[in-house]
Amino acid sequence: MAKQAIINEFREAPPRVSEWQRFFRVFFQRKIVLFGLIILALLVLTAIFAPLLAPFSPVTGDMAESLQQPSWKHWLGTDIQGRDSLSRLIYGSRTALAVGFGSVILAGVIGVGLGMLAGYAGGITNMVIMRIIDALMGFPMILLALVISAVLGSGLLNVVIALSVATLPGYARVMHGLTLTIRENDYVLAERAMGASNVRVMFMHILPNSLPSMIVLITIQLGALILAEATLSFLGVGIQPPDAAWGAMVADGRRYLLTHPWLSISPGIAIMLVVFAFNLVGDGLRDALDPRLRGIL
Amino acid sequence: MTAYILRRLLGAIVVLLIVTLIVFFVMQLLPGDPLVIFLGQQAGSGSISQEQLEQLYIKYGLDKPLIVQYWNWISGVVQGNMGESIYYHDDVGGLLLQRFPITLDLGIKSFILYNILGMGLGMVAALRRGKWLDTFSTILSYIGVSVPVFWLGIVLIYIFGLKLDWFPIASYHLPWENFAANIHESVLPVVCLSLMGWAVIARQMRSSVLEVISQDYIRTAWSKGLTERAVVMKHMLKNSLIPVITLMGIGLGLMVGGQVVIEQVFAIPGIGRLLITSVFNQDYQVVQSTTLIIAFIVIVVNLIVDISYGWFDPRIRYE
Repeated sequence: MAKQAIINEFREAPPRVSEWQRFFRVFFQRKIVLFGLIILALLVLTAIFAPLLAPFSPVTGDMAESLQQPSWKHWLGTDIQGRDSLSRLIYGSRTALAVGFGSVILAGVIGVGLGMLAGYAGGITNMVIMRIIDALMGFPMILLALVISAVLGSGLLNVVIALSVATLPGYARVMHGLTLTIRENDYVLAERAMGASNVRVMFMHILPNSLPSMIVLITIQLGALILAEATLSFLGVGIQPPDAAWGAMVADGRRYLLTHPWLSISPGIAIMLVVFAFNLVGDGLRDALDPRLRGIL
Repeated sequence: MTAYILRRLLGAIVVLLIVTLIVFFVMQLLPGDPLVIFLGQQAGSGSISQEQLEQLYIKYGLDKPLIVQYWNWISGVVQGNMGESIYYHDDVGGLLLQRFPITLDLGIKSFILYNILGMGLGMVAALRRGKWLDTFSTILSYIGVSVPVFWLGIVLIYIFGLKLDWFPIASYHLPWENFAANIHESVLPVVCLSLMGWAVIARQMRSSVLEVISQDYIRTAWSKGLTERAVVMKHMLKNSLIPVITLMGIGLGLMVGGQVVIEQVFAIPGIGRLLITSVFNQDYQVVQSTTLIIAFIVIVVNLIVDISYGWFDPRIRYE
């Protein structure tokens, strides 16, 4: 009887598991990834519905209510200009996401393009591009972003440009490596034997096949970018007042640290939670999409 | 090995050259008249006549084509002449030299601390997989990459400086001036600076040890009857260090970036603080040279890491 069961088991075809099922199983293997996803969902919702959620205006304060301690009216207190700290925190999510996504898109498109071109073309093109990428990598990321935004001046767009230049070498490096591997596959050879153009090979084969790794990289980068944006605005070169940015809130609250510690502490917790969430989700995606990247990203 | 070192050295020189071009190019992006920017407000306010302005143009070589300006700047830097700060009215090289020991002091302490702690913790986490130290290490590595360094500095100042009064804040002595005070003052900034590197190294070390642990030579070492100490120290440690070594260079880049911020938070008069102050003073001569020097240091350290990598792992040399 038992023997028959074993034989039956062998006769049956392996269970069919769709790609999506496998993806979700691995992705949610660690419960904490779900926690990360929830935080990110809350972040996006907060940013979208900021005007509805914020109890007060983030830019105009009531001077009569300057430097209030946390209370039922002002959950996180008010700053020196009497602005509600919670409202500024809520609006700050918009700044963080705008800079994060803006820089990821700009740096991703340029970085991936350069990396793919260098890896696919090889020879002198490869050498020139990759040497420039190496040189950009020689600068500590935050230093390069700081100097570029200092030179360009403050403002959202300039911060995005500065952070993009500082982070694009990362995409280019990874994409370069991926292109070199994918290029050697037989299906690329077959496609070329059929007379496909270089552009077709790059966009129809190399780019789609590198997508899983790129999604992982982008997710992890989003966290790093939000951290970098906060650092720039903390130093005073990023988003300018009166717009709300978490890093600037930490810097502003510093002067009242002894009497009003929450002014500095609460935006920092927001930054940490968001960056933590992006890292968690990025790690989950990596395990589910491309486990080979473990230890590299 | 010599060929490998030469190849790496050549590569590093090319990269350094491009770095100088990038720094020069970024500075060209400054909007407005470079002379007005370099001289500061006095030139813009009209207190200098047109004639004087033109003389200054010639004096600073700004009438020359860009390529000549670049050459003049770079040959000056090589000879130790980095121009004059418009804010401090002092030689930029001198300013940097004055602050360099301070930055180096904190940097070396953090570098040593995060490498030892990171490797140690990663190793123990892998050997005691699933135990509380492993969980602690995982949590720490997430916190380390998520926490904003500047915020951590402020929180530490609040708790240990203002509330508990355990450590002095906003003071700094060089180690050879007052060693005890220096150590006391370094604790908080060094903890902040090393946390991220600590996290990154521990994470890599853990997965690296886990990989080595299942290798045949480790089983052989155990079955030969070697002590745990011998297996761990002689066979595991050496082999799992290889991927970690590359991270030392990356960690350094992270740390130097953090240092710029931390010197600002703790009011430590190092190169990082000089850079930030100069950004706000629009003292671009200083910004330009400081950026170049920092990039130079990072690249040289990475070169050393690369070369030692080839020494530890001979397979790398023939790639």
